[in-house]
Amino acid sequence: MKPKLETRDINLSFGSKHVLKDINIQIPEKRIVALIGPSGCGKSTLLRCMNRMHDLNPDAHVKGDIFLDGENIYSSDYDVVGVRRKIGMVFQRPNPFPKSIFNNIAYGLRINKLAEKKEIPNVVEESLKGSYLWDEVKDSLDSSALSLSGGQQQRLCIARAIAIRPEVILMDEPTSALDPISTGKVEELMVELKKEFTIVIVTHSMQQARRISDHVGFMYLGDLAEYGPTERVFTNPQNELTEKYISGSFG
Amino acid sequence: MKSRLFFDKIYKRIFFGAAFLSVFTLLGIFGMLLINGLNMFSEVSVGEFLLGRVWNPAAYGEAKYGILAMMASTGLVTIGAMAIAIPLGIGTAAYLSEISSPRLAAILKPIIEILAAIPSVAIGFLGIVLVGPFLANVFGLNNGLNALNGALLLAVMALPTIITVAEDAIRAVPKAYKEGSYALGANKWTTLIQVTLPSSYSGIIAAVMLGMGRAIGETMTVLMATGNATSMPEGYFSSIRTMTATIAIELGEVPFGTTHYYSLFAIGTVLFLITLAVNLLAERIAASYRKMGQ
Amino acid sequence: MNTKTSQFIGINLLLLCSILVISFLGIILWDILIKGSPALSTEFISEYPQNGMTEGGIFPAIMGTVWVTLVTALFAIPLGIACAIYLSEYAEDNWVSRSIRASIRNLAGVPSIIYGLFGVAIFVQGMGMGTSILASGFTLGLLTLPYIITTTEEALKTVPQSHREGAFALGATHWETVRSVVLPSAIPGMMTGAILGLSRAAGETAPILFTGVAFYLRYLPAGVFDEFMALPYHLYILSTQHHAIEQVRPLAYGTALVLIGLVCILNIVAFVIRHRYRSLLKGH
Repeated sequence: MKPKLETRDINLSFGSKHVLKDINIQIPEKRIVALIGPSGCGKSTLLRCMNRMHDLNPDAHVKGDIFLDGENIYSSDYDVVGVRRKIGMVFQRPNPFPKSIFNNIAYGLRINKLAEKKEIPNVVEESLKGSYLWDEVKDSLDSSALSLSGGQQQRLCIARAIAIRPEVILMDEPTSALDPISTGKVEELMVELKKEFTIVIVTHSMQQARRISDHVGFMYLGDLAEYGPTERVFTNPQNELTEKYISGSFG
Repeated sequence: MKSRLFFDKIYKRIFFGAAFLSVFTLLGIFGMLLINGLNMFSEVSVGEFLLGRVWNPAAYGEAKYGILAMMASTGLVTIGAMAIAIPLGIGTAAYLSEISSPRLAAILKPIIEILAAIPSVAIGFLGIVLVGPFLANVFGLNNGLNALNGALLLAVMALPTIITVAEDAIRAVPKAYKEGSYALGANKWTTLIQVTLPSSYSGIIAAVMLGMGRAIGETMTVLMATGNATSMPEGYFSSIRTMTATIAIELGEVPFGTTHYYSLFAIGTVLFLITLAVNLLAERIAASYRKMGQ
Repeated sequence: MNTKTSQFIGINLLLLCSILVISFLGIILWDILIKGSPALSTEFISEYPQNGMTEGGIFPAIMGTVWVTLVTALFAIPLGIACAIYLSEYAEDNWVSRSIRASIRNLAGVPSIIYGLFGVAIFVQGMGMGTSILASGFTLGLLTLPYIITTTEEALKTVPQSHREGAFALGATHWETVRSVVLPSAIPGMMTGAILGLSRAAGETAPILFTGVAFYLRYLPAGVFDEFMALPYHLYILSTQHHAIEQVRPLAYGTALVLIGLVCILNIVAFVIRHRYRSLLKGH
C-alpha cells in the first residue's frame, strides 16, 4: 500500500545542534502511528517537521523531503499554509484560544473559508460530536473555552483540529497534561478517529502506545532506531536499545 | 489562498518599515543636529565654542559663543542630583526587593510610577514656590533659585529611574547566592551588603547611569528653578544656566539661519553626544551583567 | 557593634530612604492640592483667561492639551504598535533587529529639548507645517514612541506561544495569527502602555515650546494647523514669564492641580486596566 505520509532523509539542526539524523519513516493511511523514546530523542521535533511548524523558528534548519500523497511539502513552490490545513496538530498542553467554545472551532473554518456562514454551526456541532464533547457543552457554546476542564479543553482542541477536515492529525503527547479518566476518553476518541483520519502520536507512555497504535517507531538520540507493527515491536524487538527501553531499563 | 499569502507579506513589510523608522529617527536626529550645528563653525572655532567662558551671542560688539560655563552648570546640578539620588535610590530599591513584604512592594511601586509621571514643569514650579524660599531661609540667601535647588529637583526626577532599574538588578541576583550566605550564618543585612548588592553591582551602575542621563537632559525644572545666570558657576549657591535651559530660552527669540540659531543646534549636538555616551555606557554595563547572570 | 544591632540600623536606614522618596511625592501632591484647590471652580475650567491672564480660567489650555495629545495618540500608537509587532512577532535575532532595538533604547534617552529642536528643524521648517498642533503632536509622538513600543512589546510577549502555534496549526498565516489570536489577548496591556505614554506626553513642555504652543489665544484651535495653548506651558508662563507673578500665583497653583490631576487620572485608569487584566490572566 502507498504510504499517506513519508519522510525521506530528514535532518534537522537547531543552530549547531544536530537533532534529527536521516529519518525515513512511512505512515500508512487511516492508522495510528506512535513515536516513542526517551525525552530529548527528537520525537516531538520529528512530528513538528511533518506540518512545517519549524518554519516559525529561525534557528531550525530542516533538510530532506516529506511527501503527502506523493507530493513534496518541502518543495519551494508548495503552499506552506495549505499544508497545515491538510495536516492538523494537537499539542501537549491544551491550548484553546481565549475565545468562546463556538469561536474556537469556527476559527479554522473562517480563516480557511471552508464553510458558508450559515453552515458553520452545523460543522461546529459535528466536530464537537466527533470529539464526544457535544453533550457536555451544547448548552454553553458561548462561554469561554478557558472555563472547561483540562480534559475537555484537549477534546475541544481535537474538535478544532478535525473541524477543518485535515487528512492527517499530528498529536504531540496529547494526554501528558491530563488525569487518567480524561486520558482514557481521549484514547477512545483517537481509536474512533482512525476510521477517518491518519494519526501520528508522540507519547512518553509505552502503555499508551501499545494500547492504541498500529505501528510504533522507537527513537533514540535523533535516530529512528526501530519501526514496525506495534505487537511485533513490543513482543520481539529487533534492536537491543528498543528492548532495554520497553523493558524499563532506561528512559 | 494566493491573496492571503500576499497580504501576509505586505503586512510583514509594513511592520518592518515601522520598526526601521526608529533607526532612521535616531540617525535623523543626529544628522539634523550636526548639519545645523556645523554651520556655526564658519564664524566660531571649535575651541572657542567648547572652552570659551563667555556666552553672549546677542552682544552689540563681538558676540561670544563659549559654552564652558553652561557645561559646568549642567555638570554641577547633575553631580549634586546624583549625590542625593544614588544613596536614596539604591536604598529604596534594596528595601523594595529584599526587605519589604510583597504586599507593601505592590503598593509602593505604583506610587513610584506616579512620581515618574509628574510633569517636569510642575516640579520646576515647586522649585520656585517651595524649594527656593526654603533654601533662602535655611541658608540666609536673598534668592533660592540656584544650583542646589536644581540638584534637589533633578534628584527627585531621577529617582524613579534609578529605583526601578536597580530593583530589577537586585531581584535578578540568584537565590542560591543568598542561600549560600544564610547557610554560613549571615543575617539579612550582612547578606545584603556582602553578597546581594555586590553581585548586582553592574546593574546598579547601569541604573545610576540611566538616572544621570535623565538629569543631564532635563530641561524645564532647571530652566525654572536655577536662576538663569550665564556666568561661570562658583558653587551650589550660584544661579546657573544649563545647556538644556539655554536652548529652551533662546530658540524662541533667535532669527532663523543666524550664527546664534546654529549655535543652539551645536549645543544640542554636544548634549546629544553626552547623553548618548551615558546611555551606551549604561547599556554595555547592563549587558555585561546579564551575561554574568547566565 | 554586634551584627544584630548593625542589621537593625541598616534595615531602618533603608526604610528611611523609602519613606523619604514617598514623602517627596507626598509633598508635591499635598502642596499643589492644598494651594491649588481654592482656585478650582467651574469658571476656572470653562472660561478663557481675562485681564492679561490675571483672572478667569484655563479652558483654552485644557482644550489645547487635549488636541495635541489626540494628534500624538493618532501618530504614535499605530506606529508604535506596528513596530512592536515586528519586534515581537517577526524579527529574527540578527543585526537588523539588534540595531532597531538599540535605536529604540537610545531614543528613549534623548533629552526632550532635543526632540524640540528636531521638531523645529524637520516638522515646522523642513516639512512646512509651521508652528501648529500637527508639528507639536508629531514631535511629542516621536518622544513617546520608545515608551509605547517597549510596553506594547511586553504586552505581546505575555501572550503564550501555544496560542500562536494553535492558530498556525489550523492553517492561519502569520498576519492572521497576529490579528485574531495575539492582538486580542494583548490589548489590555497595550492600552495600559499607551495611556501611560500619553500621560507623559500631555505633561511635556520642552518639545512643544517652539513647535506650536502659544502664550495666549483668544480662540480655540479650529484645526491641526493652528497654534494652541497647553496646560504645562501655561503653568510655565504663569510662574516665570508673567508681568505680575505674585498676583497670578493662585492661578498657577490651580493650573498645576489640573495638570497633575489629569496625569494622575490617566495613571489610575492605566493601573486599573492592568490590574483587571492580571486577575483575568490568573483566572485560567
